[in-house]
Amino acid sequence: MSFSATNFAQPRPVPVGIRSNEKSLSSDPFRFRFRGSPSFLGSPHSLRFNPTPPLKLAIPHCRRSTAAAVTDVKSSANMLITKEEGLELYEDMILGRFFEDMCAQMYYRGKMFGFVHLYNGQEAVSTGFIKLLKKEDTVVSTYRDHVHALSKGVPARAVMSELFGKATGCCRGQGGSMHMFSKEHNLIGGFAFIGEGIPVATGAAFSSKYRREVLKEASADHVTLAFFGDGTCNNGQFYECLNMAALWKLPIIFVVENNLWAIGMSHLRATSDPEIWKKGPAFGMAGVHVDGMDVLKVREVAKEAIERARRGDGPTLVECETYRFRGHSLADPDELRDPAEKARYAARDPISALKKYMIENKLANEQELKSIEKKIDEVLDDAVEFSDESPLPPRSQLLENVFADSKGFGIGPDGKYRCEDPKFTQGTAHV
Amino acid sequence: MATLFQGVGAVTPFSASSSLDSNKLLLPSRKSLSISDSRGSIFVYRSDALNLKAATRKQDLLIPNAVATKGETSTSAKSGHELLLFEALREGLEEEMERDPRVCVMGEDVGHYGGSYKVTKGLAEKYGDLRVLDTPIAENSFTGMGIGAAMTGLRPIVEGMNMGFLLLAFNQISNNCGMLHYTSGGQFTIPIVIRGPGGVGRQLGAEHSQRLESYFQSIPGIQMVACSTPYNAKGLMKAAIRSENPVILFEHVLLYNLKERIPDEEYVLSLEEAEMVRPGEHITILTYSRMRYHVMQAAKTLVNKGYDPEVIDIRSLKPFDLYTIGCSVKKTHRVLIVEECMRTGGIGASLTAAITENFHDYLDAPIVCLSSQDVPTPYAGTLEEWTVVQPAQIVSAVEQLCQ
Repeated sequence: MSFSATNFAQPRPVPVGIRSNEKSLSSDPFRFRFRGSPSFLGSPHSLRFNPTPPLKLAIPHCRRSTAAAVTDVKSSANMLITKEEGLELYEDMILGRFFEDMCAQMYYRGKMFGFVHLYNGQEAVSTGFIKLLKKEDTVVSTYRDHVHALSKGVPARAVMSELFGKATGCCRGQGGSMHMFSKEHNLIGGFAFIGEGIPVATGAAFSSKYRREVLKEASADHVTLAFFGDGTCNNGQFYECLNMAALWKLPIIFVVENNLWAIGMSHLRATSDPEIWKKGPAFGMAGVHVDGMDVLKVREVAKEAIERARRGDGPTLVECETYRFRGHSLADPDELRDPAEKARYAARDPISALKKYMIENKLANEQELKSIEKKIDEVLDDAVEFSDESPLPPRSQLLENVFADSKGFGIGPDGKYRCEDPKFTQGTAHV
Repeated sequence: MATLFQGVGAVTPFSASSSLDSNKLLLPSRKSLSISDSRGSIFVYRSDALNLKAATRKQDLLIPNAVATKGETSTSAKSGHELLLFEALREGLEEEMERDPRVCVMGEDVGHYGGSYKVTKGLAEKYGDLRVLDTPIAENSFTGMGIGAAMTGLRPIVEGMNMGFLLLAFNQISNNCGMLHYTSGGQFTIPIVIRGPGGVGRQLGAEHSQRLESYFQSIPGIQMVACSTPYNAKGLMKAAIRSENPVILFEHVLLYNLKERIPDEEYVLSLEEAEMVRPGEHITILTYSRMRYHVMQAAKTLVNKGYDPEVIDIRSLKPFDLYTIGCSVKKTHRVLIVEECMRTGGIGASLTAAITENFHDYLDAPIVCLSSQDVPTPYAGTLEEWTVVQPAQIVSAVEQLCQ
């Protein structure tokens, strides 16, 4: 794979490949693509098709990409990061990684239950995109949402406590791992079913446009990021929303975290044309393919896409090729994926790569990075302690948020609204 | 595409002659309105539960003489204005769009085409294409988009061109519309209205003749109302738009051309209250939407036979107005439910359970529930007629119950 971690080792920053005949993304948005991968995706060839299918299906052997030819990469001034930016990215990625590792520990210790999907390995995507956002910008995530929440600024305490099912969690213990929300940080979910967050994200982007054009709020230039995976890209809501977003030029970026696996279904076995980014141009929007294990490349692509959305030039589809270092969820024994494939991606760990890049480019020394790790360790110890000590949700909470207006529980036999009954505030009423 | 033809053909919005069904039903609540008008502004939007005093409440809503009798039209001509049900919905919608710029409409053909039943006619010209947004035919996604817009500050009304199409949006309605307020720990509200024509029409075939109340009723966090007159259509539309809760407003394909005189003054109804259609002593008949008119037809016969039925349009399908229902049960001790919903797991079934739980001691006879048949709505007119409850069945059910 040409987008290996060694790219980081080059003294000069490696840009997101922009083909030499393409001046910039905005000048020709539909022809922008990731360079440097002679064949698409890192999966072993055997995964693409079962070499000995039980049925004699005539499957055309044509999955090799025709898209990406290796071309010369040239340096891009935008690629440079300052020391502060580098440290911020590093800290956010470390936070994401350490948080998830702590989740695994806490899960096995019986502190949290249910389905817990960890983000290890994909940090470059969350960090690369979300750290470029303003607080007013919106993020829509999936069931693998802890790290998106953290990148968006939701405190580790609030996320951890939510996972512990405590009243101090960001959703008062009512959401859980797959339903993280923060109104303050404009994180509007946390969607546990495949694809269902994309229309909601499209709606948030529609709101931005509506506020600017109908309500005449000149400052409403907010951008929405919708994160989802490769599996989602075979779901109708994805296509329906690509269409609507392009049709109305909505300020949204569709960020595909293609980690090659939908639980146990290889992307290559599930998708007729595995190059997801190509579906952008098909809908009249920019489509970009980027190495999702390289935070600086992701950031570069994200910057373009976010700027495009913010100036009203419409949506972008970005495919980030990445990999999850753990099973689908903590309940997944992860026996299916080829150890060689796992090892190959492990060698391209986005955090190690950034670390190496920063040290080699003298943006930080070992000591500084160590102290960030130490700081995050402390943050997480504090988060766990906080969550552990936090109270469980009281019974009185049970009926509080079923309706925004509790009149929705209706009128009781006595002619009063049922929510006036003390049993509703106590949470003991039958509804 | 099927619905487009249905929209133009089956219900021609501007032909007052309309269908058989609505012709029969033009009169019933007229009188009540004229009474209401003369009292001035008694149509108060009850925003504060404390106002709910039992004594005044019932009187305010009383629609005393819904069984058509002669001479009742004379008084109503004085004030208010006469319009068709779809125009009443439109009027409510327009008033709310005028009042609040965050109110917007999205759905298939709601804009330039004016809605397949013309509920949004002319609104796109007035308010522009963004506020009255014609969407591609992608129910799940545009409903989800409405939810996202509602979470981020807008107040969208999503029109299902036909209620049946909302089955394609079921995931968004159930998971996101119904649950997000809860799962977000109360952080996000979803002030959305999902509305559209449903019910059994005139030979529209199975898929366009769905009775979906049963499907939606167990979604937590959603309120459901069904309109049945131009007056309550407008009042419920406005109430639904103003509600902070997600509301599904059921309209009926056969009722769009009902004509009624409604007040000129602004009014908003309560989403949670039932409507007394005809007070009586012998039996409580609970109904809603189109079946209200089958019940009133039966009531005429019953009155002639010496019965005095009390007819209540429950209007709020979720939650039930247990006060109005309870008061009636305590008075008549007999209950007949007449609905168009599916029998299994339908509104009638839930209503039966609620009455049994709350008012069992007041019942002198088992509750009888007349629902439509659990069959895919047949195309043939005869079969379709046998699918839904007919007035004659109501008459004989009352006769049996009152023996």
